[in-house]
Amino acid sequence: MSGLLSLQDVAVHYGQGPVLQSVDLTVRAGEIITIVGPNGSGKSSLLRVMTGAVRPEQGRVLRQAGLRIGYVPQKLRLDPTFPMTLRRFLDLPQPAGDHAVALVAERTGISGHMHKQIASLSGGLLQRGMLARAILRRPDVLLLDEPTQGLDQAGSAGFYELIEDLRNELNCAVVMVSHDLHVVMSASDRVICLNGHICCQGAPDVVSTAPEYRALFGRGTRGTMALYRHDHDHHHGHDHEHHAEPSPK
Amino acid sequence: MYLEFMWIAACAAVGMAIMAGVLGCFVVWRRMAYFGDALSHAAVLGVAISLGFGFSVYLGVAGVACLVAVLLWGFMGSQHSTDSLLGVISHGALAIGLIAAALWGNGLSLEAVLFGDILVLEWRDALYIWTGVGVIGGYILWRWRALVLSTLGDDLAASEGVDVRREQFFLALALALLVGLALQVVGAILITAFLIIPAAAARSVARTPEAMAITAVLVGTAAVISGLAGSYYWDMPAGPSMVSAAAVIFVVLQGVSAKS
Repeated sequence: MSGLLSLQDVAVHYGQGPVLQSVDLTVRAGEIITIVGPNGSGKSSLLRVMTGAVRPEQGRVLRQAGLRIGYVPQKLRLDPTFPMTLRRFLDLPQPAGDHAVALVAERTGISGHMHKQIASLSGGLLQRGMLARAILRRPDVLLLDEPTQGLDQAGSAGFYELIEDLRNELNCAVVMVSHDLHVVMSASDRVICLNGHICCQGAPDVVSTAPEYRALFGRGTRGTMALYRHDHDHHHGHDHEHHAEPSPK
Repeated sequence: MYLEFMWIAACAAVGMAIMAGVLGCFVVWRRMAYFGDALSHAAVLGVAISLGFGFSVYLGVAGVACLVAVLLWGFMGSQHSTDSLLGVISHGALAIGLIAAALWGNGLSLEAVLFGDILVLEWRDALYIWTGVGVIGGYILWRWRALVLSTLGDDLAASEGVDVRREQFFLALALALLVGLALQVVGAILITAFLIIPAAAARSVARTPEAMAITAVLVGTAAVISGLAGSYYWDMPAGPSMVSAAAVIFVVLQGVSAKS
């Protein structure tokens, strides 16, 4: 379990004032990390430092040699003037091959939509499409920026399940920014509570009782953090095989 | 040679249509129409300066267009909306260019600058334009994946190792080069039309970015040839005829895609 990607004492500034300060973070093979934090806490910036889109003013970013990153951005610049079928999108930046595409499309549930224009896809389908594209690159680390934003509860639940299953199949690390402060996927190995710096981190149930978490998010829900678990009595018409409930570590 | 000027005109216009068709797709996708306007209006200033100082019009126009492109690129990265800035540069450059043309441009035909004068070109001009086709075409083919990725999103492109700012820079320079070369074919006012109309026409029938670029080139080529034919047989002004033909094709393709 060595570090695939690690940030050492990273600081980022945009114009005036720091966005991130003294962030130390190591992503290990196969772990799921969820980053929570209020608006403007630097969640997306942290992810962009990891992808290499933002170069930190201070500190170091170490990537394992040959590290493959699969990135699912928060949104795409989808303009109706830009024609792009879902099938063509999966070939970005390199053609992926019909067989691999068929497998991944089946797995992510987008098989029937390959000929559609991505600008016309629903939020859930587009998320799955972007996820499929990221997976086709056989990533060591999957970086997801608010992947369930705009999805309803059932949609989010399905998406979290898919992420967890894919992690188990591909054994890739997953770093996910969550837009919801109070709902965190229970399969997370680590939750990082961010507010310009790392306030606290640890297993989901540990973080939810940490005083720093309560200080940041305490008011709205009186300090409780709901862990998303698979509610098998609450299906909305999508089938999936039953699998072991992951216990928070 | 009989009708040689028509052959030169066709050769130059088709070259222009190829460059404008491909670059026009990016102008449409990235909503850079105003950017194209600013470059072509600045070209008027370029013409006046080259006449004032007595050097090649191509050099003057391409030089000023490149300068404006780099200036705009510098502002593109900032958080401020660039629309109003583009408006200031675009119309400011046009106005100053018109003053400079009046003061220095002895015998300068303003109409030729604004609407082009394709029927007086020489083979040398066609050669310049086809050199431009080679440079811009080669650049686009080489950078295609990076350009398509960054059209979909800066973060997405950056995560694949694309230097988004550098791609923007060279795209801006390519547009400046096109303006420099196309000025005498369609003129400053109509250059933007050739960037936008063929690409917009292609959009209604294309399903992928590649198909759209190729269709835009075909639409542009068909438009310049029919425009020139109209100019030859019915004595219509060449530049406006070519643009009108493009507009007609746009309408026809809209109808075709609406039916299917």
